[in-house]
Amino acid sequence: MGIAAIKRVGTQWLLVATLLAVVRPAYAIPAFARKYGLPCSACHEGWPMLNNFGQTFKDNGYQLGNDRDAPIYQQPAYWPVMFRTTPNWHRESNDRVAVDKVPGQASSGLVETTISPSGFDLSGLDIITAGTLYNNISFFVQPFIGASGGTSIAQTWVRLDNLFGSRWLNVKMGKFELDEMISQERILTLSSTGAAYYNYFFTPPGDSNIFRGIGIPQLGVEVSGHSDNDYTRYSVSVLSSNDGQTGLPAGNSYDVYTNFAQAFEIPRLGLQRVGVYGYFGQSATFFQTTGGQPIPGTGMGNRGFYRAGAYGQWYLGKFDFQTFYMHGYDNVFLGNAVPANQQSQLPAGAAGPTWNGGFVEAHYTYNPRLIGIGRYELIRMSREANPSIRGSAGNLDTWTIGYRWYPIMSPRAGLAWVQEYSRIVNAGTAPISGKDDISNSFLMGLDFDF
Amino acid sequence: MRSRISFAMIFVFLLLGQSSLGQESHVGTLVGNAKKGKALYQRYCIFCHGADGDGRGDSAPYLDPKPRDFTKATFKCRSTPSGSLPLDSDLYDTITRGVHASGMPSWKPLTRQERVDLVAYIKGFSPRFQEEKPAAAVVIPAEPPTSPESVKRGAELFQSMNCWLCHGKEGRGNGPSASSLTDSKGNPITPFDLSSGTRFKCGDSDQGLFRDLTTGLDGTPMPSFSDALKPDQIWDVVHYIHTLRASNKSQRSQAQAEPKAE
Repeated sequence: MGIAAIKRVGTQWLLVATLLAVVRPAYAIPAFARKYGLPCSACHEGWPMLNNFGQTFKDNGYQLGNDRDAPIYQQPAYWPVMFRTTPNWHRESNDRVAVDKVPGQASSGLVETTISPSGFDLSGLDIITAGTLYNNISFFVQPFIGASGGTSIAQTWVRLDNLFGSRWLNVKMGKFELDEMISQERILTLSSTGAAYYNYFFTPPGDSNIFRGIGIPQLGVEVSGHSDNDYTRYSVSVLSSNDGQTGLPAGNSYDVYTNFAQAFEIPRLGLQRVGVYGYFGQSATFFQTTGGQPIPGTGMGNRGFYRAGAYGQWYLGKFDFQTFYMHGYDNVFLGNAVPANQQSQLPAGAAGPTWNGGFVEAHYTYNPRLIGIGRYELIRMSREANPSIRGSAGNLDTWTIGYRWYPIMSPRAGLAWVQEYSRIVNAGTAPISGKDDISNSFLMGLDFDF
Repeated sequence: MRSRISFAMIFVFLLLGQSSLGQESHVGTLVGNAKKGKALYQRYCIFCHGADGDGRGDSAPYLDPKPRDFTKATFKCRSTPSGSLPLDSDLYDTITRGVHASGMPSWKPLTRQERVDLVAYIKGFSPRFQEEKPAAAVVIPAEPPTSPESVKRGAELFQSMNCWLCHGKEGRGNGPSASSLTDSKGNPITPFDLSSGTRFKCGDSDQGLFRDLTTGLDGTPMPSFSDALKPDQIWDVVHYIHTLRASNKSQRSQAQAEPKAE
């Protein structure tokens, strides 16, 4: 196996590891349902995915505007906290895992085989407290406990809402999910391979960009606004180029993310929405060092990258479709993992990698308690960073199908029975044969929040 | 024989159910479909207003004021005279605007068609909508300019018409009768604090306030003053009520702008 292949496989595993690390169960917030007496279905198409009413509520700073928003109207004992977790049974299958021919004997050589573990398991645990500190001041705190015990601060922010009495001016500061109408945080699927929008996290094989994707909450400040029915929305965020990591690990650059969406009504079909977005950033390619060891916070040799595209949300009776397109670019130094002060290390013919990707996700809402889900997603490299890398390296295709049934949907809590199957094909990443690497995931479980 | 009666009852029940789903609503050029409205009702409304529209949803015990009982076809916010059914546009406006100082939010994020569909379905909960026609909307004459004299006359009317008995002498909702008031279902009800600076229940415009004084808020102790007062006098009361709110102007300015009916 050549160096390029090793790098390619390493990158693919890094992608999977990244996804496993960053993809948490998305959330709904029964604390709000308890506060207002509304059911989950008022704000969620099927929780956790927001409908336009829920999106408006969120954009209003978690306020309905009916004089019951400020904490002073609540019982003193009311504490807007919720948790969400998913006890489940799942089976994972990877058909191209390199194993020793004789288990335990490294000298026996490697062969590819299929590994299919299965069993009962737990998702991580989301704890969320969110609401209003005062009229027009909202907040969100989300610690996360991983299934193996690790903890992190997934999000923490405060938002000044409706500044100068205008919905068009809101300012949020902290660590927050980027303003995505098709939200990674509210994805409906949970299985290992189906719980992420891969486009949101993608970086090409061999790429050293510290930025891992628009699906990860980032640190910064966001200015946003919207019309009273949320049909027109905008947001602009200025973010530290640290991939949402606290402590300023790279430390000296800023990124910009912007989103604009417009919804419109079509007679007999309902609300439709289109939007455009873009993330434009810089990433360090090397650091100051002491004795050769990088010093955190001294990122240097920043080089640019961007992710940009468009999306749509389309309603056709009981069906709705989400369509998403992304074009990505990383600078040649990022794409080849070469420090910008060592240009000679760039391979001949090196170029900044570019790619295109997208997905179509369909939902069939039989009623508020039963929703079917299907998604197809793909990524296609259009230019590799290194000409020696096979042209399709990095390409992937995923399919996910499933349903969520909500036997309990009340203003107090929610419970969903979930079944889904997901499949991902990573082009040419089998560790020995270089064939396509295919993983399958099946999950069924009880997804609940309170 | 018993089974025949049972079948007949089931048939009648199904017929009634179907008839409610055949109900239409008309707002502007939009025609509401009750069948589509039912799906929306189950998603957004059922937990407060109940599966049967009787205001006894799961959340109802915890809400104050209580959710509207659609089976009575008695609605606070109307443009029609007291006792009359509301116009479809009245129900549409209420859904769009919400009812301030209650658990009912603005549903403006729903599409216009969805809100009209909801109106069609809600009308199916009461046979009155099939048996009666709503009266014509009350006429709201042009508003005369506010003046100290108008405010003074309004203050006198506020006293002489006994508004203060419920709303209090300073409009704070703490009049001597306030603690004993109940709505048409016997639930305790609190008079509106006119000095609170917040929006009124059925809209915040002067025309809306004039309309409320003219039509009354059916199902509450707030009567119609259309027989007792002339239009100019009602405008005087509107102008006086504004002076009660002025004391809390800063709080009013902090409140979010009212979602406008369309």
